[in-house]
Amino acid sequence: MSDIMQVTDENFDTEIMKSNLPALVDFWAEWCGPCRMVGPVVEELSKAYEGKVKVAKMDVDKNRQTPAKFGIRNIPTLIFFKGGEVAQTIIGAQPKTYIEGELKKLL
Amino acid sequence: MTNMYDVIILGGGPAGLTAGLYNARARLKVVLYERLAPGGQVLTTDWVENYPGFPEGVSGFELMDRMKNQAEKFGLEIRNDEIVRLDLSESRKIIFAGDDQIETRAVIIACGATWKRLGIEGEERLIGKGISFCATCDGPFYRDQEVAVIGGGDTAVEEAIFLTRFVGKVYLVHRRDKLRATKVIQERAMAEEKIDFVWDTIPMRVLGEAGVEGIELRNLKTGVISRKAVKGVFVFIGTAPNTNLVKEQLKLDQSGFIVTDERMQTSVPGVFAAGDVRSKLFRQISTAVGEGATASYAAEKYLEGQLAAHQ
Repeated sequence: MSDIMQVTDENFDTEIMKSNLPALVDFWAEWCGPCRMVGPVVEELSKAYEGKVKVAKMDVDKNRQTPAKFGIRNIPTLIFFKGGEVAQTIIGAQPKTYIEGELKKLL
Repeated sequence: MTNMYDVIILGGGPAGLTAGLYNARARLKVVLYERLAPGGQVLTTDWVENYPGFPEGVSGFELMDRMKNQAEKFGLEIRNDEIVRLDLSESRKIIFAGDDQIETRAVIIACGATWKRLGIEGEERLIGKGISFCATCDGPFYRDQEVAVIGGGDTAVEEAIFLTRFVGKVYLVHRRDKLRATKVIQERAMAEEKIDFVWDTIPMRVLGEAGVEGIELRNLKTGVISRKAVKGVFVFIGTAPNTNLVKEQLKLDQSGFIVTDERMQTSVPGVFAAGDVRSKLFRQISTAVGEGATASYAAEKYLEGQLAAHQ
């Protein structure tokens, strides 16, 4: 169902930190209920902002280094990146209007 | 643009989805608003074993997915949008969702409740940095570490048991000398070697700057202050209702939950409430489902002009 890009510890640097576009990464895991509440919102945003924002997901169960590097201890966590820097962090399930509002600030 | 609906349901947890199922089957013009994806607080529950019909238990996600699919199968429309304002009166009920303004003849409020915060020093700074309200989300980040769980009800004790899958030790900090949790859950916790009970104790401060480094506790009987060097603090001390938009318009109880009669009708005729947001004795999936069904039926009767304003 999901054709959204999955990033890993291996390609995170290339895909996100060195991305020409601003990026939004959804740190999630299979076991996490609230992640499933945010997942569909992230997918909608990925379609709506195609070509403007790179939207990706990272499974924190399969990738331990990147979440540790950003001090992630709660999921879902959404981190917005711009020019290789963290621009904003949203912790926990938040409504689409709020996430989209933060996303627009990157453009 | 104004569209007249029969029923607008606010909230997509068990109460809202059940109300939606019944109203959709009654062929009413109904829509359910949910700010996130449907499911509600049940989605944070790893395993539900007290909902009838599932003798082996069922995951919170699967149960809610089934409820959503069942309601949608009968035509319930679910909109993923946030309500920004509600104008509720007997004669006119208007919902402001995003940029839309929708008029409806009846409203069912099923917005649920949110975990209460501790209200102590360090909490604001450390939420998301070691303080958590969801063990099923965040437990795996604390592999082999020590954590504290605050609370003594079903959720606190169940989450403490869940955390033993990952962590080295759980301190279950409770302000009384016995648990409130259901006996079967208590028995399981007592048998769990990784759980240490800290009785008669409340948290005073959460310690740490960039992340939780510990918690300061106070024994209510002896007054003794102590510290535990935990990396995570999981807080389950009860819930507060999501009533921001209606608290000026509807009658609430002392704790802020919406007061209804036994037909789930609030102080405003045509406005009903169901589930955790409602003032009541027991907050369960099974009670939410029953209230959702009652509210939907009462709303239907109200639309037919057959529901008296007061019983």
